[in-house]
Amino acid sequence: MKLPPFDYACPTSVAEAVALLASHDGEAKPLAGGQSLVPMLAFRVALPSLLVDLRKVAELRRITITNEGIALGAMVRWREILDDARLRTAHPLLVAAVAHVAHYQIRNRGTVGGSMAHADPAAEMPGIAVTCEAKIAVTGMAGARVIAAADFFQGPLMTALRSDEIITEIRLPLWPAKRRFGFQEFARRRGDFAMAAAAVFYDEDGGKAHNAHVGAIGVADRPLRLQAAEDAINGNSIDEAVIAKAEAAASASVDPADDIHASGAYRKALVGVMVERALRDAAGLKTT
Amino acid sequence: MSMTAPKRASNLFVGSPIERLEDLRFLTGRGQYVDDLAAENMLHAAILRSSVAHGRIRGVDSSAARARPGVHAVITAADIGKVPTIPLRHDPTPAIRRFEQPVIAHGKVRYVGEPIAVVLAESAALAEDALEAIAVDIEALPVVADRELARKNEIILFETVGTNVPDTITAVRGKADDAAFNSAPYRRREHFSVQRHAAVPMEPRGLLAEWDAQKERITVRGACKVPFTNRRALAQMMNLPEASVRMVEYDVGGGFGARGEFYPEDFLIPFAARLLGRPVKWTEDRRENLTALNHARDMECDLEIACARDGTLIALRAHACTDIGAYVRTNGATASRNIAQVLAGPYRIPHVRVDVSLVITNKTPVGTYRGPGRFESDFCRERLFDMAAADLGIDRVEFRRRNLIREADMPYALPKVQVLDIASECDSGDYQITLDRCLAEFKWAERAKLDGELIGGRHHGIAVGCYLEGGGTGPRENVRLAVEADGSISLFVGSSSVGQGVETVFAQIAADALEVPMERINRVLHGSTDYVAQGYGSFSSRSIVMGGNAIMDAAQKLRTLIREAAAKRLQCQANDIVIDRGMAVGPAPARAAIALKEFAGLCADGTFASDKRTYSYGAHAAYVAVDAKTGHVELIDYVAVEDVGRIVNPLTLHGQCIGAVVQGLGGAFLEHFIYDENGQLLTGSFADYLMPTASDFPQIRAVALEDKPSPLNPMGAKGAGEGGIIPVGGVVANAVAAALGSLGVEPRDLPLSPPRLWQMIQAARATGAAR
Repeated sequence: MKLPPFDYACPTSVAEAVALLASHDGEAKPLAGGQSLVPMLAFRVALPSLLVDLRKVAELRRITITNEGIALGAMVRWREILDDARLRTAHPLLVAAVAHVAHYQIRNRGTVGGSMAHADPAAEMPGIAVTCEAKIAVTGMAGARVIAAADFFQGPLMTALRSDEIITEIRLPLWPAKRRFGFQEFARRRGDFAMAAAAVFYDEDGGKAHNAHVGAIGVADRPLRLQAAEDAINGNSIDEAVIAKAEAAASASVDPADDIHASGAYRKALVGVMVERALRDAAGLKTT
Repeated sequence: MSMTAPKRASNLFVGSPIERLEDLRFLTGRGQYVDDLAAENMLHAAILRSSVAHGRIRGVDSSAARARPGVHAVITAADIGKVPTIPLRHDPTPAIRRFEQPVIAHGKVRYVGEPIAVVLAESAALAEDALEAIAVDIEALPVVADRELARKNEIILFETVGTNVPDTITAVRGKADDAAFNSAPYRRREHFSVQRHAAVPMEPRGLLAEWDAQKERITVRGACKVPFTNRRALAQMMNLPEASVRMVEYDVGGGFGARGEFYPEDFLIPFAARLLGRPVKWTEDRRENLTALNHARDMECDLEIACARDGTLIALRAHACTDIGAYVRTNGATASRNIAQVLAGPYRIPHVRVDVSLVITNKTPVGTYRGPGRFESDFCRERLFDMAAADLGIDRVEFRRRNLIREADMPYALPKVQVLDIASECDSGDYQITLDRCLAEFKWAERAKLDGELIGGRHHGIAVGCYLEGGGTGPRENVRLAVEADGSISLFVGSSSVGQGVETVFAQIAADALEVPMERINRVLHGSTDYVAQGYGSFSSRSIVMGGNAIMDAAQKLRTLIREAAAKRLQCQANDIVIDRGMAVGPAPARAAIALKEFAGLCADGTFASDKRTYSYGAHAAYVAVDAKTGHVELIDYVAVEDVGRIVNPLTLHGQCIGAVVQGLGGAFLEHFIYDENGQLLTGSFADYLMPTASDFPQIRAVALEDKPSPLNPMGAKGAGEGGIIPVGGVVANAVAAALGSLGVEPRDLPLSPPRLWQMIQAARATGAAR
């Protein structure tokens, strides 16, 4: 489990980083927090010719909160999200989800951009990005572009990123103060990869829910929005019947594969339970 | 930790909660593990392991690897010549011996992870880089990936042997035949299984071997558990006299039965050091650790009991089958033998017959893991007991109480293991006391009201189980005590440290036995082959029983020597000399005192021999809440009570017990080596092989008792390192069954992972099994 040989560079600007990535025929990899990439190097399943360490790129480390929404620099670490008091009101769903990211030490190192670029189907940040309709700002040799989260994730560990592009920012739309939300995750041990998790939010108008967003991770090859569950919520006041409908709709709208940890049937049921419980949290209703 | 009132007049240290002497070293970063060592001119080894589970080796071309920068050599079977196999340390029946593991694959590979070549390079990274350059040509053969396929004997791993079933081990008491079962008023038969999992110590293995060409002597650093046995094995394999092999023990980050046995690397690394004439170091990484270190537990069992209507057990019979992997390693048959011997547990069952078939598959070979065979046996037996008690309408506690071996029955013979001719008997005890204490600590009566209740969306359940822990295995241990120039005492012992705190407990025992302050025991030197002429190591919960009593013997002898020397000096009788607070004191009225340093150079050898095992015993209880919608089990409370005969250090004992329970919970809920049909390990990293962590199971309580000392040794000590793990699987599975009783869920297989439990709940609902 010693790392394979590779070259190393530690640029201080995005432009420099992109140039370095472009110079290695797609064989270079950006290094953010290293919490996935370094184990992959140790297992020699990743064999980049060059590692471009982004830790000194100061422009990637900002958390910006404006009237437009929240922008998380790609090198923002989980710890910084959890420690940022503003985010507890500016985006409580994000904070709730990030609390489930791995373990203490990993949260101290792991980054938002690294998680997005790694695109593990069970990771929290991609799930939040998809649920919240985030925009992902990236920069490459051809310049900057913005990709909708829904288009960004293309499969397990596969994204719309080109080999010379790095993520610069994840932009989350503004979060209304009265929005209701819940985040529920089930893992074998706290901090393990999610067997399933659900992020739920909706806004209320006259006691009725609208603008429902239901996202799920761990149940497909990428994070999903579960529209059928959203339909079950929209236009209703949240009661036991609606919760049951949303749970059933969530389950029915996924078709997870069997793997060594669980059958597809289990994950299919589990995602319903996660939606049920997240929705319960959102509505402030106790478990029966 | 609760302690019984002290019954001792003279002991000051034995029985006291003394903090570990080792800890200062560890906490200040002065622990020394084998990977901390470096030798001048040292090369690093990396091992190429088979990625194919079963195949014929057509060729290994290492020329490209040899040509890589920093690479000094690549060793394959061809370089070794006649490839030795690793001798069995335990239970070496001729039938089983046919399956010994060669130190390097030659001709065939039989599991993923089997060593094929060793690269020696300037650094560990360069050595690992070169592994990729070795071209191995293997003709893949059909794979035997499960017991059923193995037993068919269609695909054979050892063609010259012609079978995948090395042996069947049978243990018998009375006559558990059809007549006994057919005439019984009640019988129940069930099929159980325990998954493959393993010890997985925190520190992977490591070795540093140095060849002294002038003296033709090999020094192997990183030995542990059984250095003397391994010295003998290595000397034979390297064709050296035993005296030319030196095994040195350093700090060890966990053994649990797996670490310290003789593995292929224990030959390959010393061999490489001799071949190259340079020190060679190898540090196992976690990826190879999970396929190279012994696996364990993998068994299924068809178990039947017969009872009277009042629950009195009449007979127990079973056919168990253990998947022991691709070879029989040093102690590869031990768990199977234990299953045969202890499946009946701490219960009076007149008629017992247990047949355990060992089968060979294309998986990592197995070995002993803390509570070998006992963890598996207890799961099957205690599950069946709860099912039977429910059938008979008898309270689960009462069922056990009625059948526990009684103090008046002692010594009580365990079923005799026939092939190996192993007889053993429970030495002493009152098994009702530990059961009662466990129930009281657990508040059983109060908790019983919650049993099977649905509270806050979760099903609550409780269970209790009883067990035996065999320990103190012989044949012998040796100790030397020596008075140093400054009047301190050095203690040399053949027991090994695997992190269990032997330095502390041995110092306590020696200080009491010599009647000197504990700080006078300035060094406890253990394990390494330099310290005593012959040592026997640490396994089978034996260190305190064997090493501790050998210390008592050596101390008695040293005291005699000191008193004789003092008497000479003071011109009195040796009988008149008293050793008090580290002084030899003459008779009244003068009471002349001579400091111990005046006796520097005196030393005494002590020994303790026994061919009888001690049997600790106890009861555990668990309280769980099950989320039926996710299959998650929360452990709300867990109580472990054990009588260990004699408590030397309540703190280290408590730590061992809590750690063992947590390990058991790992085996019950989390840990699982899953193989696919091609013999590939699918849970080969800690991302997939889930170990229990401190935060997973916070609520564990342990109580140690010493009501019934062992009659087999002067200290009255019994083994105490394994009791914490033995009943865990059975107890928590029974608690889960109790919780889900209304749904009719009866766990028969470990681990109780959420998806598996959820599946059982679905299946029970579908078949309307609910009561």
